[in-house]
Amino acid sequence: MILLVIGLLAWWALPDQLGLVTRIAITALFVLSLDLVVGIAGLATLGHAALFGVGAYAAGIFALHLHVDPLLGLMVAIAAGSLLALASGAFLLRYHGFTFLMLTVAVAQIVASLAQKARDWTGGDDGLSGFTMGPLLGLFEFDLEGKTAALYALVVLAAGLYVSRRVVDSPFGLAVRGIHENRARMAALGTPVVRRLLAMYTLAGALAGAAGGLSAQTNAIVGLDSLSFALSAEALVMLILGGAGRLHGALIGTVVFTLLHHTAASINPYHWLFIIGAALMAVVLLPPQKAWAWLRSRRGAKA
Amino acid sequence: MQLLANVLIDGLAYGMVLFIIAVGLSVTLGLMRFVNLAHGAFAMIGGYVAALLTREAQWSFWIALPVAIAATAATGALLEAFVLRHLYRRTELEQVLFTIGLSFFLIAGTNALAGPQVQLIVLPPLLAQSVDLGFRTLPAQRLFVIGTGLIVAAVAAWTVTRTRFGVWLRAAVDHPDTAATLGIPIRTVQCASFAAGAALAGLGGVLGAELMPLEPYYALKYLVLVLVVVAVGGMGSLPGSLLAAVTLGIVETASKYLASDWGSLFFFLAMAVLLAWRPNGLLQR
Repeated sequence: MILLVIGLLAWWALPDQLGLVTRIAITALFVLSLDLVVGIAGLATLGHAALFGVGAYAAGIFALHLHVDPLLGLMVAIAAGSLLALASGAFLLRYHGFTFLMLTVAVAQIVASLAQKARDWTGGDDGLSGFTMGPLLGLFEFDLEGKTAALYALVVLAAGLYVSRRVVDSPFGLAVRGIHENRARMAALGTPVVRRLLAMYTLAGALAGAAGGLSAQTNAIVGLDSLSFALSAEALVMLILGGAGRLHGALIGTVVFTLLHHTAASINPYHWLFIIGAALMAVVLLPPQKAWAWLRSRRGAKA
Repeated sequence: MQLLANVLIDGLAYGMVLFIIAVGLSVTLGLMRFVNLAHGAFAMIGGYVAALLTREAQWSFWIALPVAIAATAATGALLEAFVLRHLYRRTELEQVLFTIGLSFFLIAGTNALAGPQVQLIVLPPLLAQSVDLGFRTLPAQRLFVIGTGLIVAAVAAWTVTRTRFGVWLRAAVDHPDTAATLGIPIRTVQCASFAAGAALAGLGGVLGAELMPLEPYYALKYLVLVLVVVAVGGMGSLPGSLLAAVTLGIVETASKYLASDWGSLFFFLAMAVLLAWRPNGLLQR
């Protein structure tokens, strides 16, 4: 609820920055789905972009060849994301730790290579474009200013957050948290460990697919970078920045990271890495409490 | 036949470069339990120092190479002594976060100092020529890389298993407090092994510049490949890393020669199969 209010405030207060609001909402949904895997289920993955990219390509191809309705396209993206998560999860979840991490990288890179190879479907290096979306619910056109797009993304994000919150607090979510904390004990208690993890991974795939679908529909282009290793790594950085395992941490991390990126890139487009790198090192080296105290004293001195 | 020989030689050279860079990571990750994602950046520093010295300062390659290695070793030692040692007892996530941040920082720094273009290292005439082996000719640089890789493998394996230093290193890793009580200078050991790993990464960066072009994103681009080698070979296992590096190097080179439009598909497919078959490393059951 609070999220919707803040989002709407941002939508209303910053008519020039609607593209940014849309991007934050989409990325937040993606990072949220990553939180289900990393924070809740305790599976460190660096291949999450595969699920995002598959959703994006599914939505794009659906709009290009079959139907332009955005909600149907979103459903297709969700289905694609969860299918890939189900298939790859059935293979990946048999492994743990570092092996699991590296296998997720491998799966994501294999998907990316296939997308590059299948030029007829995905456009290869040129990206998939040339599709237009129909009006949302048959009523709201996607306008150039991006008002509809921003609202659409915010609403889907709120829905995703609601679903995740309900799932995490359900007995199923508790079981998955239990597996994270003590796998052997949960197995001894009779929890089917791999099945629970697979279900959670599939749900995360659905959310990541939805985020990908949103990105395809609002940008009207899908590039190979939506499957890239860099996207997976950035999402993980955002999640850790905001705090893993708490769902709203995903949102905070995304907002901080994206705003930092946006500001740094508009000051000096080439060296935003410099700032984000320094910020990451600072987060680890300085204890957060100290940093907050320092910030507060600075703000106090200014005011 | 010609093609097969080319693939094997180039693949072997590529694998050796991967191995030389991966050794240091395998030691820090497997023996010291420190997740150092800035390892690719060390290789980049080595390569850049050599490139700038040979091209801008007109130094001979044979002088620039040891200087580059020393520079990376010094960078590694200083980082370890002042910053990284405080992170050994932190969680893996914090280590990942810090070293990724360090990589970003170094990428941006390199971009600011040397620009985004690809750097070339000027090779000495001895390495730039080709060598006639009787049945065919080869670029001398490839032979040099392969030879160096074998020497590195032998020296590293000998150091870890047969010398006093290797015993100290393993003791310091397995039980730091006991090792310290027994009079082993564990700080020196940790710092020295970290510096040695960084130095090897620098060596790999210089030697591999022909196969892995030096540019600012080098640090992240090849980090994945090196991590793959460490994972497939088994953390901390030197023979495993060597086997994994050569196998994956040949697979990658073969797919570049024969099926270049498939990208790195076969590399990662091979990795997935090998990891699924032996999750703890090629030479460990």
